[in-house]
Amino acid sequence: MLRYFLGRLLTFIPTFIGVTLISFAFIRVLPGDPIIVMAGERGLTEERYQELSRQFGFDQPILLQFWDYLTGVLQGDLGQSYVTKKPVFDEFFTLFPATLELSVCAIILAIALGLPAGVIAAVYRGKFFDRALMSTALVGYSMPIFWWALLLIIVFSGNLGWTPVSGRIDLLYYFDNTTGFMLIDSLLSGQSGAFTSAVRHLILPTIVLATIPLAVIARQTRSAMLEVLSEDYIRTARAKGLSPTRINGLHALRNAMIPVITVIGLSVGTLLAGAILTETIFSWPGIGKWMVDSIFRRDYPVVQGGLLMIALMVMIVNLTVDLLYSLINPKIRHR
Amino acid sequence: MTDTTHTAPKSAPKPPGRLAEFWSYFKENRGAVMGLYVFGAFVFVALFANFLAPYDASAQFRDFTLLPPVWQEGGNWSFPLGTDPLGRDMLSRLLYGARYSFFVGILVVVIAATGGILIGLLAGFAPRWLDTIIMRLMDIVLSFPSLLLALVLVAILGPSLINAMIAIAIVLQPHYVRLTRASVINELTKEYVISARVAGAHLPRLMFITVLPNCLAPIIVQAALSFSSAILDTAALGFLGMGAQPPTPEWGTMLAESREFILRAWWVVTFPGLAILFTVLAINLMGDGLRDALDPKMKRS
Repeated sequence: MLRYFLGRLLTFIPTFIGVTLISFAFIRVLPGDPIIVMAGERGLTEERYQELSRQFGFDQPILLQFWDYLTGVLQGDLGQSYVTKKPVFDEFFTLFPATLELSVCAIILAIALGLPAGVIAAVYRGKFFDRALMSTALVGYSMPIFWWALLLIIVFSGNLGWTPVSGRIDLLYYFDNTTGFMLIDSLLSGQSGAFTSAVRHLILPTIVLATIPLAVIARQTRSAMLEVLSEDYIRTARAKGLSPTRINGLHALRNAMIPVITVIGLSVGTLLAGAILTETIFSWPGIGKWMVDSIFRRDYPVVQGGLLMIALMVMIVNLTVDLLYSLINPKIRHR
Repeated sequence: MTDTTHTAPKSAPKPPGRLAEFWSYFKENRGAVMGLYVFGAFVFVALFANFLAPYDASAQFRDFTLLPPVWQEGGNWSFPLGTDPLGRDMLSRLLYGARYSFFVGILVVVIAATGGILIGLLAGFAPRWLDTIIMRLMDIVLSFPSLLLALVLVAILGPSLINAMIAIAIVLQPHYVRLTRASVINELTKEYVISARVAGAHLPRLMFITVLPNCLAPIIVQAALSFSSAILDTAALGFLGMGAQPPTPEWGTMLAESREFILRAWWVVTFPGLAILFTVLAINLMGDGLRDALDPKMKRS
């Protein structure tokens, strides 16, 4: 057990170095001279160029440069944004709560709807419910979510006027950024209507971001349930005369959960990719929009640092899922 | 050299051929067959867009900007699905758009699959240290959310359809590597491979003729699935302004161009998205059918 844990932790190190290497290489493979790009100054003199080259450490051997970058990363130094001149690391954590809030809401919605949908489809296998739910799931799975977002805006913001088009809260509310989570901050502020406004801003982005994970969870739950339902111990439970609810809910679902949890863990990458599109469309001030804006502004340290931070998050989540999985499922760790 | 692979002896009575058997499973799945028809229509449109489209994709009719579809008030039979803000015929642009999506799908899958299969075979046959290095490299690529990595690659290479395709192919490749390697390792323990080895088959023969054909089933399914994600991701990149550039009638780019008109002209937004959705849905339906028909575990259930 411990050996599996340590082994899995050890594989994290080369992957971490590799990911850092990719983001290190990023700024060096950009078209054009990185020093001129990084300086962002017009008409560089030869002297100034040399000075900048020293300042950025470009005059050193490449391995040493990488070593400096790696140690910097470990100390939370990701460089400065060209545009805001603030440290990239700080900017990331200022914006991250917005993305986290949206992602958590989306994954809750996806699980709350996807899990029951998958169970129902499996229990009514081949019947109407199964077909209707699984067809819907496949449509969700195939959905171009950027288009889906626009459709929802046309219907709910345009025609019905129920939800706002963009942002996290109405401009007339202003309060301190205590936790960075709008739902909590708006409650803490005690202003009437602030919380409702925050919720109304959250609804459409949450639906959009939840769509694909929801479909994936529903499909995965169904197939895991089907597999479990054909096991002998389920037949035994039936023969004992247990109620179908008890069998499906307790005996089957619990064992079907193992692959489902993995899928939920793995959908973090999907969520972050989806956040790029969702946040851009709804002007949601999170990591995804920050990355897209920075790419357009050619704010390369931000792109570089953001890329690294996001990859690290995905890696940490995957590692956690793997370790949890080995705790639940003894088959894995004795491989 | 004698043929040492386990092809069925020709004299043995084997009623349905491989393909016929596959088809009999595939056609049981009505969704998959429907998907196949839609996909067929999509390919047809992609190949013959220049004959089917009433106008050129970039022809502008300045007197007819933002014309609604024909069934709505103000519609005009000359432009059945209406016109966009520049007075271009929506139907023609959609038909030409199929062409881009189709070639993107094909090229991305071919590039990603070829590279992925080769690397996967290599990893499966390689000594352990090389295998570990290759798989760690793939882990690294998989640590980045695909769309983000594609976006950053395009930022480096410069926004264009070709670069978007290269980026997406790179991002999709590790899936093929993993699948191929897993099947190869599984096949390597089987007796027919050992017998081929004993008979003296050299490495390339072992890799490509003995083992690879038996690993193809999951790869084919993956190809169908990545065809649809290639289309989706290209459209997403186009939508973000990082893929095909205007005035290319690529569906995602068309959506991006028409974003500011969403509350005034629903059709400029609705149709390109529907086109993407139908195509991707059809391919995914087909992919599900392929998986069920090719996966031996599912066959008897």
